[in-house]
Amino acid sequence: MDFLNALVAISNYILMPGIAYGSQLALGALGATLIYGILRFSNFAHGDTMAFGTMVTILVTWWMQSAGISLGVLPTALLALPFGILGCMAMVLFTDRYVYRFYRRQKAKPVILVIVSMGVMFILNGVVRFIIGPNDQRFADGERFIISAREFKEMTGLREGLAIKTTQGITVITAVLVVILLFWFLNRTRTGKSMRAYSDNEDLALLSGINPERVVMYTWLIVAALATVAGTLYGLDKTFKPFTYFQLLLPIFAAAIVGGLGNPLGAIAGGYIIAFSEVTITYAWKKVLKYLMPESLEPSSLVQLLSTDYKFAVSFAILLIVLLFKPTGLFSGKTA
Amino acid sequence: MKKLLMASAAIALATSTAFAGSHATEVKLGILIGFTGPIESLTTPMAGGAELAMKEVSDSGKLLDAATVVSMRADSGCIDNGLATANAERLIADGIHGLIGADCSGVTGAVLQNVAIPNGMVMISPSATSPGLSTMDDNDLFFRTSPSDAREGQVMADILIEKGVKSIALTYTNNDYGKGLADAIKSSFEALGGEVTIYAAHEDGKADYSAEVGALASAGGDILVVAGYLDQGGLGIIQAALDTGAFDTFGLPGGMIGENLPKNVGPDLDGSYGQVAGSGGKGADNFSKMAEAAGFDGTSPYAPESYDAAALFMFAMQAADSTDPAKYGPHIFDVANAPGEKIYPGELAKGLEILAAGGEIDYVGASSVELIGPGESAGTYREIMVKDGKNVTVKFH
Repeated sequence: MDFLNALVAISNYILMPGIAYGSQLALGALGATLIYGILRFSNFAHGDTMAFGTMVTILVTWWMQSAGISLGVLPTALLALPFGILGCMAMVLFTDRYVYRFYRRQKAKPVILVIVSMGVMFILNGVVRFIIGPNDQRFADGERFIISAREFKEMTGLREGLAIKTTQGITVITAVLVVILLFWFLNRTRTGKSMRAYSDNEDLALLSGINPERVVMYTWLIVAALATVAGTLYGLDKTFKPFTYFQLLLPIFAAAIVGGLGNPLGAIAGGYIIAFSEVTITYAWKKVLKYLMPESLEPSSLVQLLSTDYKFAVSFAILLIVLLFKPTGLFSGKTA
Repeated sequence: MKKLLMASAAIALATSTAFAGSHATEVKLGILIGFTGPIESLTTPMAGGAELAMKEVSDSGKLLDAATVVSMRADSGCIDNGLATANAERLIADGIHGLIGADCSGVTGAVLQNVAIPNGMVMISPSATSPGLSTMDDNDLFFRTSPSDAREGQVMADILIEKGVKSIALTYTNNDYGKGLADAIKSSFEALGGEVTIYAAHEDGKADYSAEVGALASAGGDILVVAGYLDQGGLGIIQAALDTGAFDTFGLPGGMIGENLPKNVGPDLDGSYGQVAGSGGKGADNFSKMAEAAGFDGTSPYAPESYDAAALFMFAMQAADSTDPAKYGPHIFDVANAPGEKIYPGELAKGLEILAAGGEIDYVGASSVELIGPGESAGTYREIMVKDGKNVTVKFH
């Protein structure tokens, strides 16, 4: 029984939040890694692209809620998501047409494009705040829990509760679907194959008749869709605030780099690695150990490796370790 | 040189007596609070409260031969020491006779050290609550109509013990206010025999608090005390703790009391309790009615304290028959505390009359002013219980 309690406590405080957060990071990192792989620069505006797409989704969600449209137990935001993706696609195509294309034609070095993307980041930052405001916005509705801690305790008679939020469930299911779709697209379709060819060797791809502008456009469209889905899931599960999306940039890049920049599979793995290390390293293990150890060995301290203040430092530390010992990332992406 | 000094002193004396003697003089009070920054939503009613008292006194014509009290507003930015000291210098240059402010504890300390003490200016802060200000060497120039957080810690510990709570998990927002308050709660609660299982900071403005709540839950405790802000990390912590079933009752200090919290959290918050600075009774009622008539919210935090800060200045000036900070400063304690006739908001004219006749007053004001120790309010607290999605006042401490 104690063993079960320990297991439930771990699931409740580590597994569930870790999986949900990891999925959101993975989707974000996929977008960043695609841009790096195909357009060859680190897109600092990625966090704010997520914020922009989410903002459009929220606005449409509010309109739907006021018009009485809902999905029942599921959040209305899922219905609004396609509109958010369309809005975000329009925005990234606009920035590509009027900002990035100029530098691409100049054959600008990646570091210049990085600085350009920082400019885009600041502008987007301002636009999002201007439209929706700098504060927390709530747009989640529908049933809050698939199973709440209290229900779980009553059902099983255990001392520990396990809560699964609807948004956590939706996050995992959506992430799996999106990843399957993306890999099918990259590996099976003609456009996907031309994108991979362009990523592997630009000159060779051009020689074989691939239209670079088309590849770039498709990349942006996919990235916009990924960013909006990631942003909306994060906002549903937690809360939407422009500044936190800007801050997400660090764990997202950490995830992408740890997995190997430019490698989609690595981005997914990186997302979960970052999420789980953030949660497990700052978790106080006292509760779990109390169930598992004999009474005489029960810990009196919290058994916490790092205080939760250092949560962000964990992504930094992992990033440093990977860059020092395996600079191409765990799944060998492009060398940075 | 000596002669020159004597002469200038004589001239200064002559001018000040001339001022006191002439009719329709002007008394300038500076209001230095954060019209921009993290508490900007609170400062409009605060300035309104202070100016309400000034208007009341000006209209009565009873202060120092019918002096008019003029308010001079300036921005402290709440967290911007450079801005606050620069604006305080400007107010001094403009010839203020007293300084109401500053508002947040950090800038208050900076203004006191860098401007008020070198210039010999008296400051009365309506809202700085950091315990650190109690021990600061202030040349008896600093007073506050708000209580120190150390007092709130005691009140909270008393309430917890009264409710039979034996152990608490404690989390605080990572700044001077949160740390000071949490320290006070921890030491008071432990002194009364309670146990603090964990003492952890949280950052405001994050989207996800599941890691923080994981640690808090692991440490356990009868209830979770959240010394944070209700629109910020405090809300996130409570939400995450409820979602994971880690805690179901919460201790809510002042920063967490507001109608937004029960509204955002929902019915799960029912049964949680806490306290917030504030008094009931005649003073608070009078003040909120007057504020309503003047067009602002008199129940907004620290608005009553601002009214009282302005009133204390004017009473002290009347008692000393001078607008010179060095002269009226020592009278602030006398007018605020017993003995004497009790004076409530709206009765400022009566108080001025008594003082002019050489009598004594005990200013109660809108926030039950009672100055203790180094010149800070003893502090009355409202004990709050969340019932059916509303903050209900249970009793006063």
